[in-house]
Amino acid sequence: MSMAIATLWSGAAFADGNTFKIGLILPMTGQQATTGRQIEAAARLYMAQNGDTVAGKKIELIVKDDTSVPDVTKRMAQELVVNDKVNVLAGFGITPSALAVAPIATQSKTPEVVMAAATSSITESSPYIIRTSFTLPQASVSLADWAPKNGIKKVVTLVSDYGPGIDAEKFFKERLTFNGGQVIESLRVPLRGPDFAPFLQKVRDLKPDALFVFVPSGAGAAVMKQFLERGMDKAGIRLIGTGDITDDDQLNDMGDGALGVVTSHHYSTYHQSPANKKFVEAFQKANKNLRPNFMAVGGYDGMRVIYEALKATKGNGGGDALLAAMKGQIFESPRGPVFIDAQTRDIVQNIYLRKVERKEGQLYNVEFDVIKDVKDPGKNR
Amino acid sequence: MLTLLFDGIAYGMLLFILAVGLAVTMGLMNFINLAHGAFAMVGGYITVLLMQRAGMPFLLCLPLAFLGSALLGAVLERSLYRPLYKKPHLDQVLFSIGLTFMAVASADYFIGSTQQIIQLPEWLKGRTELGEGAWMLGMGHYRLFIIAVCTALTIALQYVLAKTRFGSRLRASVDDQRVAAGLGINVNVVFLATFAVGSGLAGLGGALGAEVLGLDPTFPLKFMVYFLIVVAVGGTSSITGPLLAALLLGVADVAGKYYIPKLGAFIVYSLMIAILIWRPQGLFVRQGGKS
Repeated sequence: MSMAIATLWSGAAFADGNTFKIGLILPMTGQQATTGRQIEAAARLYMAQNGDTVAGKKIELIVKDDTSVPDVTKRMAQELVVNDKVNVLAGFGITPSALAVAPIATQSKTPEVVMAAATSSITESSPYIIRTSFTLPQASVSLADWAPKNGIKKVVTLVSDYGPGIDAEKFFKERLTFNGGQVIESLRVPLRGPDFAPFLQKVRDLKPDALFVFVPSGAGAAVMKQFLERGMDKAGIRLIGTGDITDDDQLNDMGDGALGVVTSHHYSTYHQSPANKKFVEAFQKANKNLRPNFMAVGGYDGMRVIYEALKATKGNGGGDALLAAMKGQIFESPRGPVFIDAQTRDIVQNIYLRKVERKEGQLYNVEFDVIKDVKDPGKNR
Repeated sequence: MLTLLFDGIAYGMLLFILAVGLAVTMGLMNFINLAHGAFAMVGGYITVLLMQRAGMPFLLCLPLAFLGSALLGAVLERSLYRPLYKKPHLDQVLFSIGLTFMAVASADYFIGSTQQIIQLPEWLKGRTELGEGAWMLGMGHYRLFIIAVCTALTIALQYVLAKTRFGSRLRASVDDQRVAAGLGINVNVVFLATFAVGSGLAGLGGALGAEVLGLDPTFPLKFMVYFLIVVAVGGTSSITGPLLAALLLGVADVAGKYYIPKLGAFIVYSLMIAILIWRPQGLFVRQGGKS
């Protein structure tokens, strides 16, 4: 009997020594479920393409659904660290979830790879956080650089009233003012605001050159439709925003009204590079023609960062060694060249200006300009 | 100014259609049905799915959304709700909120949690503008359509409740089931029909509202508060009460968000608190009804 137990024990220890566990915490149900679905699909695609054995270790992906509730995220991270002894925590659909896990990452010295949440300050909340998605200041500042050069001087901003929205509003306004433009009114809409009509009417009465919008991707379509319904395009107001409003996942359903909307973002399904073509093709093949969006690319690159760190440490490193190997990685992502800044642990990447156009019978964000190697502007202070 | 008033009225009308069924079940049938929003969601999804998958025109989807949710309402009334009529209100609340969560989870599982986008026909997309400057009235055609549909429904409902034989039977059944049954009224059938119509109206509201309010599986929870405010402020004993309450709230909500965007969503709640302090039973209460 004791022999059997001993064998079991050593068996367990053996398995532990030879598996590398990644705890992927994502919203798989609830309002942010598309985020979870895209990231999980991308992570599985990366594993399918690159094998599930790295540096002699078998990779095990443990997916947990936190339903976008930060308390749940925290509890799951604790369980993953204590019970499952994961080597890396990853995922995190929304900012509060990523922040809730930060103390756990610090205490247990487990790298936390943020694949979606985009508030600038996240990486500052723990020295163990690495980000492979983007930050809202990155996207909105680039748009504020583009706008004044293209006849947009007076702008009204409209953002959802939560962390990323306030980031977008603040950084867009600062940079636009710096560039000689003007934000004449800043509107914050409740995250659960059912009807955008009064806000849009206010914008119409203020008659700006453009309306800058950041809302989480689901609500973007509603803003756009009501913008058109109110005839604001005909009143000479342009609609600009970060790429969340023309999310590739939903763009096709938005219809022709979306044509011509200018956004700035780090990834478009239509990005013209061999790496992206390969990525999109494989992703659509594995997921019944689901289009990969910016969430998917964050998950895909996150997996790459983990894989490469494991390779670099030859499978022997603990949390600190893995973290060190994640910092400073430079590689070609489907979105273009990217770089994990060793100092801020945040991603440095190209931000593209895109316009919605119809290509091959579908709507796409077609890139027409690029601002190279944008570092998160939120970290310069 | 006028545009704002117009938007507010359209929004209020929409809230009314969504909430009136609840006013009927809660006020007339004395049943606390918190799953009301789930029926609205069903109507919304019927429309979206028929349009996306079957390519049906929008106008045809609306009556189908009504019929579909009414049918579902009838089936559920017969199987799940009827045994609960005599139970305490707390049981009804717990049961119906459980049903709501089940509806949310099933919509999420079967259809997915993305926001559904519907494509309106061209003639509903435009906008007509009258007048100039501060008094300009801009009317979105879709909102105009909502107002027209809701007005017609209100008149029809008021007529049925106040003037028809069915209306008197319903009121009799509500006031005293035993006596009504003794007079030869089939109370079960009356309640079944009323519940079905209430659910159908919710479904129609959901179908009309998908464009303005958005549609995803959390719909019943997101708008439950609004339904309850309309019913609480309007009182549950008539349909004019909820109508005026919904209009008041719609206009206040839109105006509040326009003039004081910082307070935005809170205006509705302040208004509700003020009204309920002033008239705890709701704005319009029929005296002598069963409470």
